[in-house]
Amino acid sequence: MAILDVQGVCKDFGGLRALNQVNLQVREGSVHAIIGPNGAGKSTLLNCFVGRLKPDTGSVTFNGKSLLGINPHEINQAGVARVFQTPEIFADLSLIENVKIPAFAKRDGAFRLDLWSRTDSHAEVRDHAEAVLEDVGLADKRHMHAGSLSRGDKRRLELAMCLVQDPKLLLLDEPTAGMSRADTNATIDLLQRIGERGITKIVIEHDMTVVFTLAHTISVMAQGAVIAEGEPEAIKGNPRVQEAYLGGAHL
Amino acid sequence: MSAATVDTLRRGNAAASVPAGDTASSRSDHIKFAVFAIAVLTMPVWLSPIGAGYPDLVQKFAIFGIFAIGFNILFGLTGYLSFGHAAFLGVGSYAAVWSFKLLTMNVVPAMIFGVLASGVFALLIGYVSLRRTGIYFSILTLAFAQMSYNLAYSVLTPITNGETGLQLALHDPRVLDGPAEAGLPTTTLFGMETIGYPGFYVCAVMLIVAYYVAMRITRSPFGMTLRAIKSNQNRMNYTGFNTRPYTLAAFVISGMYAGLAGSLMAVVDPLAGAERMQWTASGEVVLMTILGGTGTLLGPVLGAGIIKYFENIFSAFNDQVLGRIFDFLPEVLQNLMVTLVHPFVGEGWHLTLGVVFMLIVIFLPGGVMEGIGRISARISRSRSNRSS
Ligand SMILES: Nc1ncnc2c1ncn2[C@@H]1O[C@H](COP(=O)(O)OP(=O)(O)OP(=O)(O)O)[C@@H](O)[C@H]1O
Ligand SMILES: [Mg+2]
Repeated sequence: MAILDVQGVCKDFGGLRALNQVNLQVREGSVHAIIGPNGAGKSTLLNCFVGRLKPDTGSVTFNGKSLLGINPHEINQAGVARVFQTPEIFADLSLIENVKIPAFAKRDGAFRLDLWSRTDSHAEVRDHAEAVLEDVGLADKRHMHAGSLSRGDKRRLELAMCLVQDPKLLLLDEPTAGMSRADTNATIDLLQRIGERGITKIVIEHDMTVVFTLAHTISVMAQGAVIAEGEPEAIKGNPRVQEAYLGGAHL
Repeated sequence: MSAATVDTLRRGNAAASVPAGDTASSRSDHIKFAVFAIAVLTMPVWLSPIGAGYPDLVQKFAIFGIFAIGFNILFGLTGYLSFGHAAFLGVGSYAAVWSFKLLTMNVVPAMIFGVLASGVFALLIGYVSLRRTGIYFSILTLAFAQMSYNLAYSVLTPITNGETGLQLALHDPRVLDGPAEAGLPTTTLFGMETIGYPGFYVCAVMLIVAYYVAMRITRSPFGMTLRAIKSNQNRMNYTGFNTRPYTLAAFVISGMYAGLAGSLMAVVDPLAGAERMQWTASGEVVLMTILGGTGTLLGPVLGAGIIKYFENIFSAFNDQVLGRIFDFLPEVLQNLMVTLVHPFVGEGWHLTLGVVFMLIVIFLPGGVMEGIGRISARISRSRSNRSS
């Protein structure tokens, strides 16, 4: 069954057609990779899922409910979390706070006026946040400023911020960009481990090792359209995919 | 100020605000709080060697300290720079004086009404202004405050008594106080007169309460949410937070702090005028907060104290005083120095303030608190060097 169902989505920026009749069905519990050259419209598509952009036409349905016209925080509360292409973290806060905040959002909802208890008295939130930081390998940096992290670490932190919410659907926009080979492998491991928990994932990646290790299904985008879709083996041999990537990454 | 400058100021001492967030233990908070409370209550003693121990001045420190602590909840924690907070100060004063006129000279209802009235007023202004962020938010708050100031002078004269200001009168009803005695009454705390030192102690106790509440807020999940909004509001939305009610709550709370400060102004001197709402007063609390240390608990109080202290000293200087200071110089030089210094004192004291403010923003963006932090870091470093 499709947990996310995208039908006929179009998006124009001025004269540029960034998304052109995109259809996409993401199976519950699967890892769905979206690949394609720079400017293909991959991030724009994710923006339409989380309420950053509103498609000109088409529908986006998550768990049987339309995601169009509702606020980003409501989409998150419905169970969609996202790692952005450029890390979106709380640079002025410590790592542990960065992870506690989404944990509070998950526990307390979109708004709760709790101005009298001490943050560190919420032991279950703290323990959960520390466990997730441990998972992504950042536990020893938990009192550091998030802003001082390397790009790869920021990404892992952002991943932790999503994982602590235990989302139903996790959107990953280039989760390993800017990471060393070792860190990339660690991230693949981590994503495989959380795969066992049954979180549905959409992964945008340029790193083909990551794609072919993780994905159950691959959609290939070029110039705003999905030009091919299928299992990894089928995609590898598809001539249209080879063509779209000419001059870009090699499969 | 450009948007970029505002941004640098907001972020001024991000470094200093992290320990405030999650590493400070409950115990060290309570120790600091106890020291703060004692220091506030003994201000008349330890400030008298520098000539600032008398009630008129120490109660000003306390009142503006409250104003700045509240302002910092909005500006320092949440990152919204309001240029209109004096409006809430004014509303608090008017509400308190009306309480003195209609109900009783007891200061407790006056403070309650001051806080409530400014809270409601802040809810209205905040609801509209918070639809924008950054410089647009600042301009909206400035516009609202100037509107309030002008209204207080014109159509609202029946409530504000226009240019004369709202004052006590012999024929005021004061329904809870019983028959009036001869002459204008003074403010009381359940029968005890609150002029002079008792007036200061009312302000001091309220400052201590205000600090405690701000401390609780800073350490609470709500406070952490506000700091996260300041750091990255965009991320907050994708993290499942509806940020609007959080920012509105911060705005209303800081408006209520301003209202409390305004009502205390009426407690120590029961009259209220529209000039209290002017933009210069709104700007002053911005300076206090930045000078002391944006985002810290103690900084705004220090900033308020420093500005009010130097205002008191510098504005009292005139040419005779200057002449006496420089009379060790030959007469020509003496006159020259007096002429040079003259624009910076008396009425011109704001010029000095402006210069000091520029120096702080450039060299010490985290304000006095950053300075204290740097000095104590240097001391502990040299100490550990010596011991190793
Ligand atoms: N907010 C916007 N306004 C105008 N044009 C945009 C906007 N966002 C994206 N675009 C354009 O839409 C096209 C698709 O961009 P998008 O970021 O979705 O590509 P992408 O597939 O994610 O590429 P990359 O692999 O480089 O991240 C690009 O030409 C981009 O310039
Ligand atoms: Mg992209």
